[in-house]
Amino acid sequence: MIVLGLGLLVMLMILSLAGVVVVGGIDLAGLNLGHVVFALQASLMILSALGVIVNRSPIRSALSLVVTLFLLAVMFVSLDAHLVAMLQVIVYAGAIMVLFLFVIMLLNLHEDRPAMVRPGVRGFAGFVGTLFFLGAVHFVMHPLGAAPGAATVPAGFGTIEQLAEQLFTRSLLAFEVTSILLLVAIVGAVVLAKRKLA
Amino acid sequence: MGIEVGIAAIKALIVILMVLSLAGVLGWIERKGSALIQDRIGANRASIFGVAAAGLVNTLMADPLKFLTKEDILPVRADRLLHTLAPCVNLFPVIVAFAAIPFGDAITIGERTVQLQAIPLNVGMLYVLAMMSLGVYGVVLGGWASNDRLSLLGGIRGSAQMISYEIGMGLSIVAMVMTFGTLDLQEMVRAQGHLIGGWLPAWGILYQPLAFLIFLCTGIAESKRVPFDLPEGESELVSGYFTEYSGIKYLMFFMTDFAEVAVVAGLVTTLFFGGWQVPYLMTDGFHFPGGGALLVPRLLVVLLQVAAFMVKVLLFCWLQILMRWTLPRLRYDQLMRFGWKGLLPLSLANVLATATVVLAIGGPA
Amino acid sequence: MTLVPIQLYLILGAVLFTIGAVGVLVRRNVIVIFMSIELMLNAVNLVFVAFARQLQSMEGQVTVFFVMTVAAAEAAVGLAIIIAAFRNRETVNADELNFLRW
Repeated sequence: MIVLGLGLLVMLMILSLAGVVVVGGIDLAGLNLGHVVFALQASLMILSALGVIVNRSPIRSALSLVVTLFLLAVMFVSLDAHLVAMLQVIVYAGAIMVLFLFVIMLLNLHEDRPAMVRPGVRGFAGFVGTLFFLGAVHFVMHPLGAAPGAATVPAGFGTIEQLAEQLFTRSLLAFEVTSILLLVAIVGAVVLAKRKLA
Repeated sequence: MGIEVGIAAIKALIVILMVLSLAGVLGWIERKGSALIQDRIGANRASIFGVAAAGLVNTLMADPLKFLTKEDILPVRADRLLHTLAPCVNLFPVIVAFAAIPFGDAITIGERTVQLQAIPLNVGMLYVLAMMSLGVYGVVLGGWASNDRLSLLGGIRGSAQMISYEIGMGLSIVAMVMTFGTLDLQEMVRAQGHLIGGWLPAWGILYQPLAFLIFLCTGIAESKRVPFDLPEGESELVSGYFTEYSGIKYLMFFMTDFAEVAVVAGLVTTLFFGGWQVPYLMTDGFHFPGGGALLVPRLLVVLLQVAAFMVKVLLFCWLQILMRWTLPRLRYDQLMRFGWKGLLPLSLANVLATATVVLAIGGPA
Repeated sequence: MTLVPIQLYLILGAVLFTIGAVGVLVRRNVIVIFMSIELMLNAVNLVFVAFARQLQSMEGQVTVFFVMTVAAAEAAVGLAIIIAAFRNRETVNADELNFLRW
């Protein structure tokens, strides 16, 4: 388990380092600050994501996931998506993960037993993972369609006014359906977790 | 580029210092204030060369020293990492939440305009809400990491209470957002600057008295103070979710309590009582409704506004302290019933009414 | 001001997705499997937001909004199912929760 994680980590760090060196250039005019911050965020995020799948105790996995989600929200802010970043903290890190923690505490789950998997599952999973990753990198480096570049974003991008305009005009049907979905989920969760349907 | 970073760093430093010193001073106000209310003297034993300074030496110097030098006790079979992490996770979001609250108007130094607000965010209100919803983790972790039945019970009660009242808080804030038409806290404060009918300052409470009451109740419930402090249940669960903490960790839990009082007071001031606005004070001086005007230099105007903000925040901190020593504690089922069956429908009805009025008027006020 | 090129964000998203996928395949605790699924969803969110800025369209961020909502609903129902299954079998090991096996 640990060996798999470490191997994955080393491969990923080397690749991300290569990416930064190729694209970053030697730019000393303060523009590199954005790249440095990104590199820091990215490596922390990868470390905590690995913490999710590597930790034996489910509570520590959950906490690693909270850290990942929070770092992701920070990255959203740097991507000019302020509202989505706040929603990420409120909804994901502040509510969904609290639900996870509650369930873990309710079921009183301490450390997992050492995984009793059939032999070869881990190797297979590592192989599939590497395949995913290399495939994704290939398509990133050689995109199928034209990738228009963009230097700056229009003013007010990512603010709540623009998101609301999009949400309530072009995505109105999806919005209404999602609200019904949430209602169904609430009723379903309460019924499923009840002890007796009396 | 460097200047921008420097200014941002200075503002952040100011906010952190403000919150931490408020938390400390509130500890003293709480002890002496409760003594006044209960007709006793309060803490006055510790003194330097005979100078007790009305309990300041005791609360601000002796107590922190005591906490810092106490032995750090780790319960048996407790998770060491989580036990150490819980007070930090509890304290961090509350201090950071104060960053989006404006404490003054924009000032111009040289040719640069500086907003007196640590983070000028377009979605400032959501930022504060997000940080307060992160406060649940400290309670959950504190209860779980102590490996102790009573702490776990306090932790579960506390977190359930916090997430229940978060909803009511969010909805009362939605009503305010609809009234002002923006999530930016600085814009909200500016919008409370004009006068209704020529003489009444357009503060938020005049538009939304019900939202004010709901927000106050939910804010106090979020910080788990009396009358909502059953998770901390001093006479029932020893200390609830922070029973097994001593020394610095206990100090951090306590500071979270007072820092949250400060944050709730700051939010109430900003949303409902005009933030840094002084009645009749415009950018260049006082303009009284009768027609008289008193011109005041710009720097003095800014200072007056910052002072007004501090006075209002302290007033609401005092109000919460007063409530603590006046009201009895709610039982847990009463607490949950109040939150779900009382405040939630009320705030929903408030949102509906506000939406109708805003639609009828044709836009936010 | 030169922004961080989008390829880096996409690679990061791919890395997170891969880590989540490996977690689903290898871990046996259903709650940790669930958390790995959430990690995959968040990797996709990152890619959406990166493209939203690249193409200067708000549709990416609206999609993220919906993904978050659906993930919340799914987490609630999924955890309720896990609680119900735990009551029955007293285990959260995916290998032992084999109700439907003949």
